[in-house]
Amino acid sequence: MLHSTDDPKMGMPVQYIHGMTSCSEWTGVPLSVLLNEAGLQQGASWLVSEGGDDGKFSHTLPLGKAMDDVMVAYAQNGEPVRPEQGFPLRLVVPGWEGPSSVKWLRHIKVVDQPYMTWNESMNHSIMRADLGGKSRWYHFEMAQKSVITRPSGGMTLPGKGFYEITGLAWSGGGAIRRVEVSTDGGRSWKDAKLQTPVLPKAHTRFNLDWTWDGEEAVLQSRCTDERGEVQPTLAELNKNWGITDMAAQKTSRAIHINAIQPWRVDRDGSIHDAMFS
Amino acid sequence: MILAAPVAGLAQSRTNLGTPLSQDEIKAFDFMVGPEGKELPPGHGTAKEGAEIFAKQCAVCHGQNGQGGAVQRLVVGSPGNPHRGTFKDNEKSAVSYYPYPTIAWDYIHRAMPANKPGSLTPDQVYAVVAFLYYRNGIIQETDILDAKTLPKVEMPNRDGFVPAKPVWPPDPKKPSWY
Repeated sequence: MLHSTDDPKMGMPVQYIHGMTSCSEWTGVPLSVLLNEAGLQQGASWLVSEGGDDGKFSHTLPLGKAMDDVMVAYAQNGEPVRPEQGFPLRLVVPGWEGPSSVKWLRHIKVVDQPYMTWNESMNHSIMRADLGGKSRWYHFEMAQKSVITRPSGGMTLPGKGFYEITGLAWSGGGAIRRVEVSTDGGRSWKDAKLQTPVLPKAHTRFNLDWTWDGEEAVLQSRCTDERGEVQPTLAELNKNWGITDMAAQKTSRAIHINAIQPWRVDRDGSIHDAMFS
Repeated sequence: MILAAPVAGLAQSRTNLGTPLSQDEIKAFDFMVGPEGKELPPGHGTAKEGAEIFAKQCAVCHGQNGQGGAVQRLVVGSPGNPHRGTFKDNEKSAVSYYPYPTIAWDYIHRAMPANKPGSLTPDQVYAVVAFLYYRNGIIQETDILDAKTLPKVEMPNRDGFVPAKPVWPPDPKKPSWY
């Protein structure tokens, strides 16, 4: 279970805090091809897809996205999709939160309104203080986000000297345009090198050379995507959501939350999650 | 490219792949029930009938009367006294949280009980839903739920969601991470 339980004594590893993201090479057929083959009727505006798992997991999708870049995939990273990942067929909805990418695809139904499946209404809605305690549902697109993967929480630097800061950035809105890294707690920022090819809605690795002088340091990254959207600080996210205490939101930082992630390097080389301190 | 309007007309198949299905074949395959309940099958149930089914097949995980079980709590509120206002994070699993009355029917029908999903008949699903709605204070114990009455049930948390109905594309005035 991924929950942001922050034990100040422990350095929570990046996989634990932010690891609910993946990037693969998918092979399949555009959903638009299948929908055009079947023929869309007047009034079609949404669709519901359903998996062949025991619980027949179902999820809604707007037709606009379906016709844009959704894929019905039968291969992942050059081999047939594995049983755990949805063999034989699954949806891949680029840049959108995972539940839309229904696995073990069994049925797609084109309809004229959002179908409000259980997962979307109950599971995938988050209650927000800025909405008076009401729930925001239909979190579709993953917003622009970056995180330094090394050095990161739970690791220890063996000593002063050269390190290559590296991490991942991604955006559901398109390609990453730039990633800036700060090693002094946000006072100054440097552009990191982006590893090519930089592909839209795909993980983009960034790298920055860094020499650690042995003093306390706070490392963080900030990305900008092709739309010009900049990754927000926690304070900016809180302000926009009307929240004073994000830790109390009890939402895993792996989902919905794309705030800048600072890592604090102590003098002994140990690295700690510093988002809430 | 995002289509702003519904796609009109019927496309000609280029490949002649696939097999057209009859309405009966589709009905046998189609588990999807939307918020208007157009696909609800014939059948009916009451809270009393549902109580028996719940005790035998559901209470083992969800607790007697939908509370105090090992898994998701299904009841917040009480008969005649539905929960009004905001929910806590651990109360979201209760059926009184759902915006539409058809959601519980759709979900229970396709996915429950967890050890034998899809094994309940439509009558049984109507009954279990009636039982849960009664225990959550949403309907009376004697109300009969069927394909006509279920979609008309007023859910206490219908206004608890923003936006009132999901829209696509989303609000352009907000940042993408809103």
